[in-house]
Amino acid sequence: MTQDSIKFKLFQYNTMNVKDVVERLSLNVFSATEALDREVTGGYASDLLSDVMGHAQEGHIWITLQTHKNIMAVASLKDLAAIVLVKGFEPDKDTMELSVKEGIPVLGTKMQAFELAGKLYEMLK
Amino acid sequence: MTRADLHIHTVLSPCGDIEMTPQNIISRAIEEGLDIIGIADHNSTLNCLEIRRVGAEKSVYVLCGAEVTTREEVHVLCFVEPDKLGDLQFFLESNIIKVPNNPDVFGYQLAVNVNEEVLEEVDYLLVNALNKSIEEISEFVHSLDGIVIPAHIDKGSNSIYSQLGFLPFGMVAEALEVSQNADSSLMVAKDKSIRGFNFIKSSDAHYPYEIGRAYTIIHPEELSFEGIKSALLSVSNPPEYRVK
Repeated sequence: MTQDSIKFKLFQYNTMNVKDVVERLSLNVFSATEALDREVTGGYASDLLSDVMGHAQEGHIWITLQTHKNIMAVASLKDLAAIVLVKGFEPDKDTMELSVKEGIPVLGTKMQAFELAGKLYEMLK
Repeated sequence: MTRADLHIHTVLSPCGDIEMTPQNIISRAIEEGLDIIGIADHNSTLNCLEIRRVGAEKSVYVLCGAEVTTREEVHVLCFVEPDKLGDLQFFLESNIIKVPNNPDVFGYQLAVNVNEEVLEEVDYLLVNALNKSIEEISEFVHSLDGIVIPAHIDKGSNSIYSQLGFLPFGMVAEALEVSQNADSSLMVAKDKSIRGFNFIKSSDAHYPYEIGRAYTIIHPEELSFEGIKSALLSVSNPPEYRVK
């Protein structure tokens, strides 16, 4: 391998799907269980939707405490793998409906964002 | 032609200048030729009625309400008729997440009367968010037949754009407030979520000299709450904003 390709390999996340993440971190699945095979390429943690629209990338798992339905529109726009709500937050009813419609799972955990992001980063790096 | 500046803070907002008292606000409104002002402190209506009384003596119509912080931390101007103000105040006090204010950091939060005597110092931080979504707040204010105007929707913080990315589909609002240097026609061209709404500009004054720096011309058939609400929604004669 050339030096460049080694570097490239180092910065690639391990690939796994949403179901693997759910199982390994014991996450709740609120909606779109049929879409758990979506591939996870990385993660992004932010509660400002303008920021997520600008910086999250396709296949990312998005960590947030926002439960508003607009999170689904942003997830769909950026083709994110899933959304994880932290600290025991639950999605609004219309958020779950959109999650099913868009086929992007909304997950949940009692962990706070710092803890979840750390664990997810360790898994994916 | 009716000039309205619907976003003015008072000494009750921690960030509001100590000079933002009932007399000073009304005097400045008259100097600026404003016919209508909106008193919109952060999540509290405690200074509205006193300013309305002073305004009534000087023919300045005062809309009573608050700049409400939603769960998503979006700022929304909410106004109701004076007889519904108690209901709005109760809703705000019941749903705000209460943390103690530190006046040295955030500033004092004072309810005052016309003689600038302090009636009450609010001890919890008024800029905190309510545990209610933007839709729930809009629904509550409309259940009181009120007016809902998302504030400075294009601002970099505490706005529809910063917190939610775009206006939620199905959001009910009488108008949208844009920042002083915004061009709403350019915004509409880029963002279909805000099409079909009327736009206003206001000063968001925290200091007396800021009052009237941006304002909106509206065309109410009569100077009443209902008249103002209809004028904000008017399709045939929509509001036109101006910046000094």
